[in-house]
Amino acid sequence: MISSTSETILSIKDLHASVEDQEILHGVNLLVKEGEIHAIMGRNGSGKSTLSKVIAGHPSYKVLSGSIQFKGKNILELEPEERARIGIFLGFQYPVEIPGVSNLEFLRVATNSRRKELLKSELDTFQFEDLVKQRLKIVEMNPAFLERSVNEGFSGGEKKRNEILQMALLEPVISILDETDSGLDIDALRIVASGINRLSQPNSATILITHYQRLLNEITPDFVHIMADGKIIKTGNKELAIDLEKSGYDCIDKNTKEKEIAK
Amino acid sequence: MTQSNTVEEIVSQPYKYGFITEIETEKIPKGLNEDVIRLISAKKNEPEFLLKFRLRAYEQWLKMKEPDWSGLTYSKVDYQDLVYYAAPKQDIKKKSLDEVDPKLLETFEKLGIPLSEQKRLSNVAVDAVFDSVSIATTYKEKLAEHGVIFCSISEAISEYPDLIEKYMGTVVPINDNFFAALNSAVFSDGSFVYIPKGVECPMELSSYFRINSGDTGQFERTLIIAEESSSVSYLEGCTAPMFDTNTLHAAVVELVALDNASIKYSTVQNWYAGNEEGVGGIYNFVTKRGECRGKKSKISWSQVETGSAITWKYPSCVLQGDNSIGEFYSIALTNNCQKADTGTKMIHIGKNTKSKIVSKGISAGKSKNSYRGLVSISPNAEGARNYSQCDSMLIGDKASANTYPYIQSKQPQSNIEHEASTCRISEDQLFYLQSRGIDFEESVSMLVSGFCSDVFNELPMEFASEADKLLALKLEGSVG
Repeated sequence: MISSTSETILSIKDLHASVEDQEILHGVNLLVKEGEIHAIMGRNGSGKSTLSKVIAGHPSYKVLSGSIQFKGKNILELEPEERARIGIFLGFQYPVEIPGVSNLEFLRVATNSRRKELLKSELDTFQFEDLVKQRLKIVEMNPAFLERSVNEGFSGGEKKRNEILQMALLEPVISILDETDSGLDIDALRIVASGINRLSQPNSATILITHYQRLLNEITPDFVHIMADGKIIKTGNKELAIDLEKSGYDCIDKNTKEKEIAK
Repeated sequence: MTQSNTVEEIVSQPYKYGFITEIETEKIPKGLNEDVIRLISAKKNEPEFLLKFRLRAYEQWLKMKEPDWSGLTYSKVDYQDLVYYAAPKQDIKKKSLDEVDPKLLETFEKLGIPLSEQKRLSNVAVDAVFDSVSIATTYKEKLAEHGVIFCSISEAISEYPDLIEKYMGTVVPINDNFFAALNSAVFSDGSFVYIPKGVECPMELSSYFRINSGDTGQFERTLIIAEESSSVSYLEGCTAPMFDTNTLHAAVVELVALDNASIKYSTVQNWYAGNEEGVGGIYNFVTKRGECRGKKSKISWSQVETGSAITWKYPSCVLQGDNSIGEFYSIALTNNCQKADTGTKMIHIGKNTKSKIVSKGISAGKSKNSYRGLVSISPNAEGARNYSQCDSMLIGDKASANTYPYIQSKQPQSNIEHEASTCRISEDQLFYLQSRGIDFEESVSMLVSGFCSDVFNELPMEFASEADKLLALKLEGSVG
């Protein structure tokens, strides 16, 4: 499994970040190594989605202090597109609709920008169609979705599959999947989860941001982190998620309160 | 979207058509009076009826006032300070391209419009107009085999005076408006197209207008006649060098479609727009109108307006024939200090006439972009239908967009639908594209292309990608 000599992919230290002048992250620490699957759980508003957007470089989110390193390099100065090209992938909780832009062309331009970084040749329309048809199978997606505008009129499940399709095409080093399971029925959840499993590589890593245990029944995490009030307050293994499912977030709140009182 | 690399390439380029061709030009003295009009007419060896036409128009023009209802502000043109005729010096009648000044051929080649036999565009016939005269028309012979006439309007005046006398000024009367009257008095050249009965024009026809002189007004005149059951697709392109003075371009375009005929008229307008502070640029004050005279005839305008300091035009359709169809697809992009007031008029006269308007306005920088349109349904136009969709996109917070739809219906059995929207490029859309590795400027042009896709789909294939590149180019540095 995971050896201690695995290379560190993502290292976040004491990260404080704000949006609209309100501090949301109050000192996040996270270490992700090759081959690992991390799950970050927590209530709404605990800062999970903020963390994912800060890693991907959303311009509305400001880093106040702390650091984010990707393979040992500071990425805070990089534009979102530069982060994407070096292999950071964010699967959106709410994928954005882009009217009038063909999904196929969007996927091709995105794939080529990543390939350029990897010093691979650019794919023309025909070459790309071959690649995309093959990757479509991973998410059992109907090729008709390629002809439509990006995410426009897609159902919730179709949008999420389209996210995983992008992950399959971009072959990221680290994938941060923000609530990929939300809004999916059980069949769609299985398809998406099996897609994620098939795409995980020994030299890549995945962070699953989720509310519920049910995704973790399909994808076994190596680490489970509980986030509350802009911090990771507890880290454990798969069992932690199961406990959480049984006893709920209130229990965590109580535990932390007790700890604080004990201090 | 076109290929990503070409978009990138183009984004980093300034106005690349701003060069001036050094060529000996024959100009008449500045100013406008009856003698000047007689001189222009004489230079072109025009028949008497045309001189009369010009003089009548001039007489009307003198009585007219420059309109100011549009709210466009610009420093008024001094009509006595303009040159009304400028032509590159060469033998008057050039029989073949070999006799055309190589500098002119070079100019058009630089503009991407090669004219010579070996290099010219396949399947597109081109009429190249330089300042006041037509330089060359390609594929004339091939078109003649089908009975199609495609030549400069000057040539048409001497070769086909009957057609000119019959049609010119019947769609846009000489006293239609101030600029149309001026054009009718002094027009220099332009294109003429005649498609005979039952002929589907075998290739795209295209005119390319180039302004070279700084102090010369350009007044071209285009007339397209599609006889019964014929069809044609025509495209015009326009560029000009960069001058810090404003140049007036006041064209008149008239289209006539008879029974079952169809005319598709596309424009890619990229006149020099002035610099970032709004100094210089073309005043593009144009009257374009088509008449669907015949039953089941169809006229479709599509335009991509990216250039000019000021664009002021409303390509319109008069739907006279029963069951005739008018269409207007427009993209108007303004940046920096550009102003555009453009739209269409759909005049429904015949029964069951249909019209469709799709307008996309994009305003960036400090520019002002207005859609102004009229849908008019006359009492006889039973069963008339119109659908209009006007969308505006704002880039940055200093640009403005307006929509002025005028609707006049005097026929209760008609149906008019109008939709309008305004949007900004959203940060979330941009971030989504960027987070997939697509850089900022390309993301913007992708969003703009997407916004315009309904109209791109209406453009002839090769020009759609050209227009797309043009938009990307114009948006350079407009965001952020």
